Amino acid sequence: MLHLVVCMKQVPDSREIRIDPKTNTLVRQGVPAIVNYFDLHALEEALRVKDEHGARVTVISMGPPSAEKALRQCVSMGADEGILVSDRAFAGADTLATSYVLAMAIQKAEDEWGPVDIVFCGKQTLDGDTGQVGPGVACRLDIDQLTYVEKVESLDPVKREIIVHRHLEDGVERVKARLPVLITALAELNRPRRAGLPGVLRAARYQPIVWTTNDFPNMDRSKIGLRGSPTIVSKTWVPEPKQVNTEFIEGDDPAVTAQELLGRLYATDLPQKLGWA
Amino acid sequence: MAEKVPKRKPMVGLQPEGDVDWSSYRGVLVVVEQRSGQAKSVSWQLLGEARRLANRLDAPLMALVMGSRVSHLAQEAIHRGADRVFLCDSPELEHYRTRPYSRVCLHVIRTYKPEIVLMGATYTGRDLAGAIATHLPTGLTADSTMLDVDENRLLLASRPAFSEKMLATILCKQFKPQMATARAGVFEALPRDESRTGEIIPVPPQLKPEDIATEVLEFLETTGRVNLEDANVIVAGGRGLGGPAGFRLLRELADELGGVVGASRAAVDLGWIGHDHQVGQTGTTVRPKLYFAIGISGAVQHVVGMQNSSYIVAINKDPQAPIFKIANYGIVGDLFHIVPAITEAVRRRKAGAGEPRPTSAPQTV
Ligand SMILES: Cc1cc2nc3c(=O)[nH]c(=O)nc-3n(C[C@H](O)[C@H](O)[C@H](O)COP(=O)(O)OP(=O)(O)OC[C@H]3O[C@@H](n4cnc5c(N)ncnc54)[C@H](O)[C@@H]3O)c2cc1C
Ligand SMILES: Nc1ncnc2c1ncn2[C@@H]1O[C@H](COP(=O)(O)O)[C@@H](O)[C@H]1O
Repeated sequence: MLHLVVCMKQVPDSREIRIDPKTNTLVRQGVPAIVNYFDLHALEEALRVKDEHGARVTVISMGPPSAEKALRQCVSMGADEGILVSDRAFAGADTLATSYVLAMAIQKAEDEWGPVDIVFCGKQTLDGDTGQVGPGVACRLDIDQLTYVEKVESLDPVKREIIVHRHLEDGVERVKARLPVLITALAELNRPRRAGLPGVLRAARYQPIVWTTNDFPNMDRSKIGLRGSPTIVSKTWVPEPKQVNTEFIEGDDPAVTAQELLGRLYATDLPQKLGWA
Repeated sequence: MAEKVPKRKPMVGLQPEGDVDWSSYRGVLVVVEQRSGQAKSVSWQLLGEARRLANRLDAPLMALVMGSRVSHLAQEAIHRGADRVFLCDSPELEHYRTRPYSRVCLHVIRTYKPEIVLMGATYTGRDLAGAIATHLPTGLTADSTMLDVDENRLLLASRPAFSEKMLATILCKQFKPQMATARAGVFEALPRDESRTGEIIPVPPQLKPEDIATEVLEFLETTGRVNLEDANVIVAGGRGLGGPAGFRLLRELADELGGVVGASRAAVDLGWIGHDHQVGQTGTTVRPKLYFAIGISGAVQHVVGMQNSSYIVAINKDPQAPIFKIANYGIVGDLFHIVPAITEAVRRRKAGAGEPRPTSAPQTV
């Protein structure tokens, strides 16, 4: 049976994050945590492979204990197992340290349930927002990476071949690769399913497996958490809100309004920038 | 099936061991991205910005050109500001694939030791940068929109964070090179200068048998699919359009302006237009010169994806719509009357003798 791993991160719902106007800091209090948007698409694709070919779907998340809830949500949708990789020592990880821990966790999952055939990641997280963890994990596992996938055209588990469509700025690339591979999922890939009643019931009782640093005897402490993270946030600031003096163009006759708008656009540097002149 | 899987030798721990002397790392390297011998505009923009950094560091500006039949780009990189260009020209590099391309990058970085490596934050650039930074290993900042260096030769790479609500400056003190990807359309390319001279250094491809496992079968150029990332003019619509027919109005205006059609998530979710048109947090982040938001309320998830457009025109029947807060020009009224009038006005201006005329040349190169 195929073994699929989905890397899932629980993220703060960025809709709810506000900037405190007095202190210019992020207000995270009361911000709900959700499954990272793109990771739902990653999970959905794994579940589709499971529906079609039969597979074991393991969801792995590195995060605080509260991420158990996100793992339960994945189980309610149809994942077989949810693993929370959680330890204070992992805190403060950047993408290099995160991909190290996730790669270790995937290898441990291979020891437990057999070699992994496909690793699914999201395109990027709503909070980290880098898209670097997927390629990092692929490198560390020494498997090929297929990033920004918008369609899985075919998967042949016997020949161990997969054909996907990768999204690029100027087109689509059809790529054939051999398993094992790592895929990063775009929203175009699918529509995530809603959990059915059996899933919801199973999830309610389900207790995610928790792995801490103690479960990784070979883990190099210098490569995890803050210490293992080469990037440092040296400062953050709130950009001056773009001061826009909106010029409202008024009038009852659309033709006149349109003329007026064009007149103002032509008075800017747009004609020069766009080659209108 | 399990037993058929060849045993892999994963490289989970990639950090360099022991003390490394970083002082020999000098200069700025820009990785030039191209398709079919055409460079992406972001590559020249980055070279322009990197020239400024290299001058401040008093260090050479290097460029890396990879591909098949791309030697003209090495010369072009010199015209665009590079002092030294590494050229890896090989039929195996016809299509971008992570392994062969990252091997060439790693070879150049390890041999010539730049202190800073920059690439465009394109799909390909992010794919490649993520792989290289892990292999080296080093720190990588994604999606920078500001770059600078300080007196300790540290790269200050600033990027939007938390849905563009904040900006963060990221440093990498521990390792070299310091790496960043940078967004398209943010930095200015240098004017092309044919009198500039520089050195071109050929680099052999670093192919290994396992690189063949992944194969690009074909590249389907965007036809009928939109290229929001590179567009200079975007005419975007939302739920206010009332249905797919509304988007036809936008398309006409976009065609007149040489632009493309964008959409809010609400319109995409309703199935009025494809997801590739979606602008915003879960769609595409865009920075055109001119952005029309038509029948779009201005939810933060939409706004974060378009607020850095040079000029924003909002058309909405609700004068309280939040989109007006960030618009340079606002028209309160019914889009079904206003949009055709604008299209008509543009058409008239183009037809008018001696009048300035919009050209339909979205910049992609
Ligand atoms: C996790 C998450 C991610 C999201 N990501 C995105 C994203 O990437 N991009 C995105 O766009 N949204 C995103 N959203 C959705 C976002 O919150 C809004 O729901 C969406 O942007 C609203 O789209 P809209 O402005 O078209 O619709 P509405 O908010 O319904 O606005 C329609 C507007 O049209 C105006 N109108 C109606 N009729 C007319 C007329 N005849 N003439 C003129 N004006 C008219 C109305 O006054 C109104 O202001 C996301 C949401 C979530 C939860
Ligand atoms: N802490 C984490 N736990 C599990 N998966 C993660 C974690 N961080 C990132 N990922 C995966 O990597 C993808 C890219 O994340 P990022 O590089 O942060 O944008 C996400 O969509 C997830 O699939």
